[in-house]
Amino acid sequence: MAELNVDLVAADRKVWSGAAREVSAPSADGQIGILAGHTPLLAVLRPGIVKVSTAPGQVAVEAQVSGGFVSVDANVVTIVVDEITEVSGRESALA
Amino acid sequence: MAGGSQRVYKQRIKSTQSLKKMFRAQELIAASRISKARGRTAAAAPYERAITRAVSAVATHTSTDHPLTSERPDTNRVAVLVIASDRGMAGSYSASLIRESERLVAQLTAEGKDVALYAAGRRAISFYRYRGRELAGQWSYGSDHPQSDTAAEIADTLLGAFLAPVAEGGVGELHVVYTQFVNMVTQRPRVVRMLPLEVVEGVAVPGEHETLPLYDFEPSPEQVLDSLLPRYVRSRIFSFMLDAAASELASRQRAMHTATDNAEDLIRTYTRLANQARQADITQEISEIVSGADALAAS
Repeated sequence: MAELNVDLVAADRKVWSGAAREVSAPSADGQIGILAGHTPLLAVLRPGIVKVSTAPGQVAVEAQVSGGFVSVDANVVTIVVDEITEVSGRESALA
Repeated sequence: MAGGSQRVYKQRIKSTQSLKKMFRAQELIAASRISKARGRTAAAAPYERAITRAVSAVATHTSTDHPLTSERPDTNRVAVLVIASDRGMAGSYSASLIRESERLVAQLTAEGKDVALYAAGRRAISFYRYRGRELAGQWSYGSDHPQSDTAAEIADTLLGAFLAPVAEGGVGELHVVYTQFVNMVTQRPRVVRMLPLEVVEGVAVPGEHETLPLYDFEPSPEQVLDSLLPRYVRSRIFSFMLDAAASELASRQRAMHTATDNAEDLIRTYTRLANQARQADITQEISEIVSGADALAAS
């Protein structure tokens, strides 16, 4: 199955980057889930929890964010947030 | 009296030595911080890139007009943001930055515009305050270590001014003057027109195997743009501040290195003069003794 290429960036650093199966983010009117093959999307995020999973039930990173936006284009997911207040899971070595 | 000049030289040597220590310390501090500052610039790049791409995607896929991208013909007030440093000891850094902003202000005034000044960094604030110029906004922040929330605060103030009605001092344009970090030896002042926004990044290149993607916007194109554009401005201003910080540190390192060298030269010169004075004293004393002895022998 095709995979998503996910980048999670905050204003001053790159938080996580890698391949994932599912991304869940707090969009303006509810939590959205993004799987491979999603239509191109630009969505505003409200404060909430962003979750990136590499396999069902395997959360690679979970972060409390203060708002931002997410863009999906040809399986490339970019989550751009203003501020990350809490991160669990492994941070990317790039951070 | 001759002994007096020796003492004066010794004092000068001592004070120059302590100055040299200070210069040297400043140089080392700047040198150690500069790589960190450049690292922060690099760390902020992905965010800026992502946001720029998203903005250009929205701009190419919609024809939505947004207040931030449209000209404001109703006012001739323009805002100028000067991003300067908090401290001196950086050679010509502040001077050339302020010269550039003065040039911009003069040019805008010549175009019949009314300039509202916003100053970030104590050097710029004190420059304008000393000259009795009115500042529409001022921030003194740790200029060699800017934080993204300071950038957000500055950006929000300026966005507020841009969106405000004329009666409340709304401005029609925003120019930013900051120092661009070219490399370790070159930093040059640069003027950027920030608002109204022009998204310079060209059309997003579509993948070779597909047509231009049609984005879904959630909740709506207008709202996406509403949330994107202020973020874009914030991230640009933050990146200007980071660039200015790296430039400041590089200038300081260079200036302090030169100052250390100069102090060493001075110490060398004074040491020579002190030796000379000592030698002259000794010679004089000897000749006094000899002539005294001669006088005694003659009597």
